[in-house]
Amino acid sequence: MTTVSATDQQRSPTGDRNTYDAPPPLGVRAYFTCLYGIVWREVLRYMHQRERFLSALVRPLIWLFIFAAGFRQALGVQNTPPYDGAVLYEVYVLPGLIGMILLFNAMQSSLSMVYDRETGAMRTLLVSPFPRWFLLVSKLVGGVAVAAIQAYVFLIIFYFWEADLGSTGYALLLGPLAALAVLVIVNAFGKMFSQRTMAGALVAALLATAAMMLAVVFAWGLPAPSMNYLAVLPAVLIAGFMLGSLALLLSSVVRQLENFAGVMNFVIFPMFFASSALYPLSRIEQSSPVLYHICLLNPFTHAVELIRFALYARIDWISLAIVLLCTAIFLGGAIYAYNPSKGLIARRGGPG
Amino acid sequence: MAVEHRTPEAETPALLVRDVSHAFGENRALSDVSLEIPRGRFVVLLGLNGAGKSTLFSLITRLYDNVTGEIRIFGADIRRRATAALQRLGVVFQSRTLDLDLTLHQNLLYHCALHGISGADARARTAQALATVGLTDRAEEKVRNLSGGQSRRLEIARSLLHRPSLLLLDEPTVGLDIGSRESVVKIVRSLVEKEGLAVLWATHLFDEVLPTDLVVLLHKSRVLFTGSVPELLAHTETQTVSDAFRKMTGTAAGTGEFAA
Repeated sequence: MTTVSATDQQRSPTGDRNTYDAPPPLGVRAYFTCLYGIVWREVLRYMHQRERFLSALVRPLIWLFIFAAGFRQALGVQNTPPYDGAVLYEVYVLPGLIGMILLFNAMQSSLSMVYDRETGAMRTLLVSPFPRWFLLVSKLVGGVAVAAIQAYVFLIIFYFWEADLGSTGYALLLGPLAALAVLVIVNAFGKMFSQRTMAGALVAALLATAAMMLAVVFAWGLPAPSMNYLAVLPAVLIAGFMLGSLALLLSSVVRQLENFAGVMNFVIFPMFFASSALYPLSRIEQSSPVLYHICLLNPFTHAVELIRFALYARIDWISLAIVLLCTAIFLGGAIYAYNPSKGLIARRGGPG
Repeated sequence: MAVEHRTPEAETPALLVRDVSHAFGENRALSDVSLEIPRGRFVVLLGLNGAGKSTLFSLITRLYDNVTGEIRIFGADIRRRATAALQRLGVVFQSRTLDLDLTLHQNLLYHCALHGISGADARARTAQALATVGLTDRAEEKVRNLSGGQSRRLEIARSLLHRPSLLLLDEPTVGLDIGSRESVVKIVRSLVEKEGLAVLWATHLFDEVLPTDLVVLLHKSRVLFTGSVPELLAHTETQTVSDAFRKMTGTAAGTGEFAA
């Protein structure tokens, strides 16, 4: 038996290795490789699910363009920190909608984890030699990366909406995407273009849109966004991580979670509506003190407030503390639940 | 931790399972199971559906912990030295576990990452694994386009990427046509011959057993027999493995010893 070294393992891939050489220990670089691989897979899978991408984007846009526009008159927001003076309802609701993106995404990925568990993809993940907590955290980071991409696409749309370009400007911006939509619809009936052509058209439309954005920014001389899109990134990541941990915990506890309607009713709607996402808590306190306290206990409220303050480059310390504490609790619970000996998986008969 | 597996270990079996029992609530899935896989041998785990094969696989792959007894892969205890044990283990699960929307190449690269293998090394291993199972020209296609037999071969390729010394396959030929079945069997058998891999092949198909194989007979959560095929035939005084199986399971079922 030869002694083990890294070069033994990397020796020519033609099969002249010694089958019984012990594998090299996993170094820091291997951990990074693993993390990167898991995140890369999540993003890649997300990119392949175009319906999921679209629905994730359309949902908050409907709230922004229809719901918020309708409520603009009814719910003007005055002097609620971090805002000085009155702000448009659309501006108030923006952090809530980012929270909504993170919440839906977290629940969707927890759902996909249940699905993974049924199909066995979770098994391939869990037989990796890395520690289980590391694999679960990596999986979470992947989900958060996907959610952050969605949040930023939404922020970019908000930026152009806020800039109020007029019909010419929006026609220019949306032109390539509209052309793509027409092409997709026509092709759905005629099947005249191959899948490859359509993929090319998608890439072309996205590039054209990006070019249009730049053109519009310079032609109209758009000002910088009214909010700090950079400072909000850490808040989005932390909040996404908390919601992701909650979803991970749910996925391990609730074995029959395949029904998204159930998750909507019992998790997403209560969390979303009993929070400061759509209305300042002071308004709720006026109508129902009990509900006010429920909202205060809701971790989602604090996720939204963290994002709200971060959009103005400020930190809501209480919210930050609560979000971090909840993350620790949810993540600890999830790691416990996925532990092969003590956790719920062992008791329930495990995946597959 | 790293000290132990640097000692000469020529005598350590590839897999050692000793006195392992497992129950789901009231249902006993495994009772005092012991078996050993020597290095470089093709071992068939024979058992009907529900015999406990998949539970045994789940325990060996640390999906859930063995509470009783011990499981060692090349001497590394799966509970206490999971990393060392799992690094040497390749698994093909019964259910399909590939990402249908990703390409063959992407599926394999993902698996490399799960074992901490990256860059040129990962690409070289991926190319080699695809060549081993004859899927090189399909590398950039989506897995969705593969047939059942092809995706099985891809799963075998995937299980070899981190160069395991022990390969577990849980009913790998289920649902395959005769041609695909033969090619899967041939690939795995040649790995045993050429590379000296140890293989545990779970199946309920008696015709997959060759006279040179070792057999572990699992029935109603118990191991009824371990040994070579000639030993099995001599022990049961039968001519074929399927007769031997029927004779042994028939006698065992008659003793009524399965009360939990």
